[in-house]
Amino acid sequence: MKKWFHQWVSPPHLYERADRYAKVFLFLAIASILVALYGGLVLAPADYQQGDAFRIIYVHVPSAWLSMFAYAFMAGASFVALVWRFSAAHAVATVIAPIGAVFTLLCLLTGSLWGKPMWGTWWEWDARMTSELVLLLIYLGYIALRLSFEEQAKADKAAAIFALIGVVNLPIIHYSVYWWNTLHQGATVSKIGKPSITWDMGWPLLLMTIGFMLFFGAITLMATRGELLSRERRTKWVKELVDINRGVN
Amino acid sequence: MQEFFSMGGYAFYVWSSFGFSIAGLIYLYLASKSSFKKKFNEVSIWQIRENKRVDK
Amino acid sequence: MKARQKRLLAVLLTLAGVGIATAIILKAFGANLLYYTTPTELVTETKTADYVPKKYHLGGMVKEGAVVRKDNSLDVKFVLTDYTSEIPVEFDGILPDLFREGQGIIAIGVMQADGTLKAEKVLAKHDENYMPPNLPTEKPSDNLNKPKGSY
Repeated sequence: MKKWFHQWVSPPHLYERADRYAKVFLFLAIASILVALYGGLVLAPADYQQGDAFRIIYVHVPSAWLSMFAYAFMAGASFVALVWRFSAAHAVATVIAPIGAVFTLLCLLTGSLWGKPMWGTWWEWDARMTSELVLLLIYLGYIALRLSFEEQAKADKAAAIFALIGVVNLPIIHYSVYWWNTLHQGATVSKIGKPSITWDMGWPLLLMTIGFMLFFGAITLMATRGELLSRERRTKWVKELVDINRGVN
Repeated sequence: MQEFFSMGGYAFYVWSSFGFSIAGLIYLYLASKSSFKKKFNEVSIWQIRENKRVDK
Repeated sequence: MKARQKRLLAVLLTLAGVGIATAIILKAFGANLLYYTTPTELVTETKTADYVPKKYHLGGMVKEGAVVRKDNSLDVKFVLTDYTSEIPVEFDGILPDLFREGQGIIAIGVMQADGTLKAEKVLAKHDENYMPPNLPTEKPSDNLNKPKGSY
């Protein structure tokens, strides 16, 4: 197990495998998203209260979930990188930040487009929306923090610590709707016990979320490969790899 | 068909949400792909310079 | 202790510290994060000695049978209730699509001397349940009438 893990986090191994996994993930992601789009926009019935506007859930909830999942993943990678000194984990955390920021932005945008017709407002400073906005700021802060260091090792350490501190925002986002009076309603799917959505409306949501996660996996792997090359440019494996690709051998 | 596109009067909100989301995913894909290519080229150029420097 | 264990301990202690600090801050300032006040809370507040009418976010259910619309105008009067206390509300703007009797609503506006809230903005709050219209429905539950901590 330990040996397997060490092998996996070794940069050349990760670099090589990442390409194959990225392609598989991307294929599965596109397939799931297309089926979920059809299910959500065509097959699912309109909501008893919200009519067709409820369909925004099929893009809003997956982006919201991914904004938090990506952060948890980034923080997890930072933790591993700090404690066990795996350089590849720093590379993964680096590339996740802008991806997570895009999902957070999508969550806020689609939320706003849902809030206007249903609640009657584009934006309110309630605890759920504010904490999600804070998540976006944390992502941007992380990116800015990295850019402010010249030296890679220092940037890695500072960014990893920052990412770990930012984790406190995740439970705040999730529980905000229970801890405080908010305009935003409670969780539909992640509730323990019976989800508050019927199956014919629920399956496209589940499939879309799976599709988003696979997509996240694919693009994270793709971007990680570039980041690894750049970080490991002085190593033998990168040198050989570049030479082969240039036809110098 | 007309009914499908009108989304019960919520066409603007529904279609722009889906539009933004799809655009966001496509952007992420293109950005990740091009960042790999960019890094690869950077490293290649750096490597050529290094080789020249070592040869001298 | 190995260097790695030291790093692990340092990271965990930092996290615990940040977590506790955040919890304390949220506990102390939590009241400011409340987005709305319930009718009961508002009634209690109006009875205190140093009460001055100000702007509130009042959240409650639209009382059944108490919505009065004026013909040829947007003026509407309704009553927000939490099944303990009631506050009458006046509004002359466009109501959200989800506004109906029995719906959770947040009215934002200033309390008047006569105990009416003059709303500048009315927002609808919906619950987390989604279902097709033709299902035999129990009365839709809403977050607003569930006691806190029932989740």
